[in-house]
Amino acid sequence: MSLEKKEFKPKIVAFCCNWCSYAGADLAGSSRLTYPADVKIIRVPCSCRVNPMFILRAFEKGADGVIMCGCHPGDCHYSTGNFYARRRMTLLFSMLDYIGVENGRTRVEWVSAAEGVKFSETMNSFVEKIYSLGENVRLGDLRCKS
Amino acid sequence: MSSEKKQAELIKEISGVNPLKCMKCGKCSASCPSYNEMDIKPHQFVSYVINEDIESLVNSKSLWKCLSCFACVERCPRDVKPGKLIDAARQIVVRQKGQNYLLADEIPELLDPELPQQLLVSAFRRYRR
Amino acid sequence: MQRIGVFVCHCGSNIAATVDVSKVAEMALMEPGVVHAEDYQYMCSEAGQAKIAAAIQEKNLTGMVVCSCSPRMHEATFRKAAERAGLNPYMVEIANIREHCSWIHKDVEEATKKAVILMRAAIAKVNLNAPLQPGESRVTKRALVIGGGIAGIQTAIDIADAGYEVDIVEKTPSIGGRMSQLDKTFPTLDCSACILTPKMVEASAHEKINIYTYSEVEKVSGFVGDFTVDIRKKARSVDMDKCTGCGVCQEKCPSKKAPSEFNRGLNTRSAIYTPFAQAIPNVPVIDREACIKFKTGKCGLCAKVCQAGAVDYEQKDEIVTEKYGAIVVATGFDTIKLDQYDEYAYSQSKDVITSLELERVMNAAGPTHGHLERLSDGKAPKEIVFIQCVGSRCSDDRGKPYCSKICCMYTAKHAMLIRDKYPDVNVTVFYIDVRTPGKNFDEFYRRAVEQYGVNYIKGQVGKVIPQPNGKLLVQGSDLLDNKQILKEADMVVLATAIEPNPDVRKIATMLTASIDTNNFLTEAHAKLRPVESPTAGIFLSGVCQGPKDIPETVAQAGAAAVKAIGLLAKDKLLTNPCTAQSDILLCNGCSTCENVCPYGAITYEDKEVNDHGIRETRRIAVVNSALCQGCGACTVACPSGAMDLQGFSNRQIIAEVDAICR
Repeated sequence: MSLEKKEFKPKIVAFCCNWCSYAGADLAGSSRLTYPADVKIIRVPCSCRVNPMFILRAFEKGADGVIMCGCHPGDCHYSTGNFYARRRMTLLFSMLDYIGVENGRTRVEWVSAAEGVKFSETMNSFVEKIYSLGENVRLGDLRCKS
Repeated sequence: MSSEKKQAELIKEISGVNPLKCMKCGKCSASCPSYNEMDIKPHQFVSYVINEDIESLVNSKSLWKCLSCFACVERCPRDVKPGKLIDAARQIVVRQKGQNYLLADEIPELLDPELPQQLLVSAFRRYRR
Repeated sequence: MQRIGVFVCHCGSNIAATVDVSKVAEMALMEPGVVHAEDYQYMCSEAGQAKIAAAIQEKNLTGMVVCSCSPRMHEATFRKAAERAGLNPYMVEIANIREHCSWIHKDVEEATKKAVILMRAAIAKVNLNAPLQPGESRVTKRALVIGGGIAGIQTAIDIADAGYEVDIVEKTPSIGGRMSQLDKTFPTLDCSACILTPKMVEASAHEKINIYTYSEVEKVSGFVGDFTVDIRKKARSVDMDKCTGCGVCQEKCPSKKAPSEFNRGLNTRSAIYTPFAQAIPNVPVIDREACIKFKTGKCGLCAKVCQAGAVDYEQKDEIVTEKYGAIVVATGFDTIKLDQYDEYAYSQSKDVITSLELERVMNAAGPTHGHLERLSDGKAPKEIVFIQCVGSRCSDDRGKPYCSKICCMYTAKHAMLIRDKYPDVNVTVFYIDVRTPGKNFDEFYRRAVEQYGVNYIKGQVGKVIPQPNGKLLVQGSDLLDNKQILKEADMVVLATAIEPNPDVRKIATMLTASIDTNNFLTEAHAKLRPVESPTAGIFLSGVCQGPKDIPETVAQAGAAAVKAIGLLAKDKLLTNPCTAQSDILLCNGCSTCENVCPYGAITYEDKEVNDHGIRETRRIAVVNSALCQGCGACTVACPSGAMDLQGFSNRQIIAEVDAICR
């Protein structure tokens, strides 16, 4: 292992609900609106399917940022899912901030199926934020680091 | 980068305007109170910046005929703001001179009773630093 | 251990140009469980699907990953291909390396790396997939159409003609919508009422169509094939069965000061009213806010003069609950409010009107009985100015960013009609672009210029200044002559932008149909599924989906009807098997999941459990898989982790997270 500092390439996990945000991401793609390759999207049926455990797991495995996207409040395909998600994430993120995972590393964003531009802008600004925060050092399972 | 291009970029930067958003509707020229005094008309400011012909813009009569009333800025449906563009061109001239174009002390001499009040106000707003 | 096949699609050059597809296939073989990997030009083609089928059979695959476009595009295709080859369709996962990778990244190395990671996540997920079997649900053979304008009427007639029951819910007292307010229609100048009223009569006389006017949708529950809808029938204060439509009550009503909605507030109507002469049903309603009886308790004249005894002040709102298999939204549009556009002096002068108001002025049943006159003093105008794109194509927050599509054509129509009837009136149109794509549209516009001498000026108007002499000074620009124009006009007509009916947001929320930033309902696919909402069982008709003229609206109404008929014709629908399930060993019957379930799909049963040799009866959550839509809210709410979602299980998502963070 060299002592030289490796170039920081963040790992960013994005949870996108199938009905709005995943479609928004598809629209960003078909409109060729670029955002950094550091973002990897996981499709979930609804933002309320995102268990806080998944986010903790991501940080444990070395993620530098986690973003969750859902339908706009009131527009959830399942009527109320994103309201639950919003409450859960508010609690989780304040707890994460308390234990040292800065608030900038976690984000909830509402992106509709028609908002390809917003999706790309959101991802660009989120990645930029992660770059400014640097590598995440909290919560990581040290056995995961090479 | 050519100097023309550099100046065009500078104008965009100072004004914060993206001239490519213009859809050429002409509402700016339709709103302009000093339209008849101008050689280059407000809607043309935009295309002069797009075509990077800053030289003509800087040497135009319009540069000093614009009242900065911002009627065009207010009414532009595309957020292109021709008034801000000409304002930025004026800034370039002022910067090249290396000083404020107007000093507060010079104003009484220049004062013309015919001069619209608004021009004075906007001159102060812009040049009294 | 699964035996997984990985299929990497080139998508022509769409993927292959930025992702090294053979490298991705090569890397796949290093993943656990992968026994087969190949890349091919078009996986979705017949040849590509044949390759998949061959691999499934030869290599005895138990799961597969396709690295291709979005699952929203071709997941169904590949699932069907897998099923034909004998693999359970739910053992197929898609790694989206087109929309989420090749199309947004330019660097080949970076994109390939990301594609590999996305593929790994999909492989990790498939490793934990289990075969699933879809259930069945029944289809209620009845359709609901929300909105009774031309779009709703046409959709209802088409569905009813196919033999299915249709209900139309219309908010106002009569069907007919915006089209009933128009005078003439472009490009053939038919009288609007003459072509609309036969349709209205056909709908109301159709034995399969039931019309609820003065009613609103209050609540929607259920899902495709089995919606339950509450409709609020607002109190009409007139008995629909008794009323003969004689109209005496309207004549005698002493309260005649309410602004007429039908005439866009240009004149007034009585408190008991039918919006227009051809209204269907021809039964008046009492506007309780304007009615003297309801305000003061004294009057009751309409009840006295009604020979049929139909007036009923005691009538109350009524809620009707119905079941439907399909719902068509046809809520239409309105013109935008002009309070933000003070430069056009709309609020300052009565002679500045919108185009829709001009329709009423030109109409024989309108406030001026069809005479073109100034609304301020009733004088005949000599000089009329039309201003285009008022509020359309605006990127600021005052207007709408889109083109309203119909204004160029109706302005040409208005200009032509005025020049035809009043040849001494000068008509000037200020335009930015004249957009006339459509059959016989450009010819129509050219006729306005060449035959009728309408003066088109390329340029926008900056300001309209009301003059002390009652005229309007229009200050505009002529971009072709490069001059500023000052013109004295007697009337100014604003081609006001159209926007979706403001109620559509409420309705979209009830239907969980998605809506865009301009409040237009989103279609399932912009090109290939333009009349369906992404929410199954919801169809879109007319301007609620985007600006349209009448022929387009009617065409789309028919298309929406066909889609609805296609759904209603089925006896049973396959349900999504990705539903929640509770682990009987972990569930402790705490009722948390029941509270978060939006579908009421969770109930509790006492069940015999064998927990490590201990036999006991426990209260356990049971999910009704016909009701469960698979959102997963319960899985996160469950404190003991007993609830899990099939197809998106905790272990599967964690495996994906792990693969991405590896």
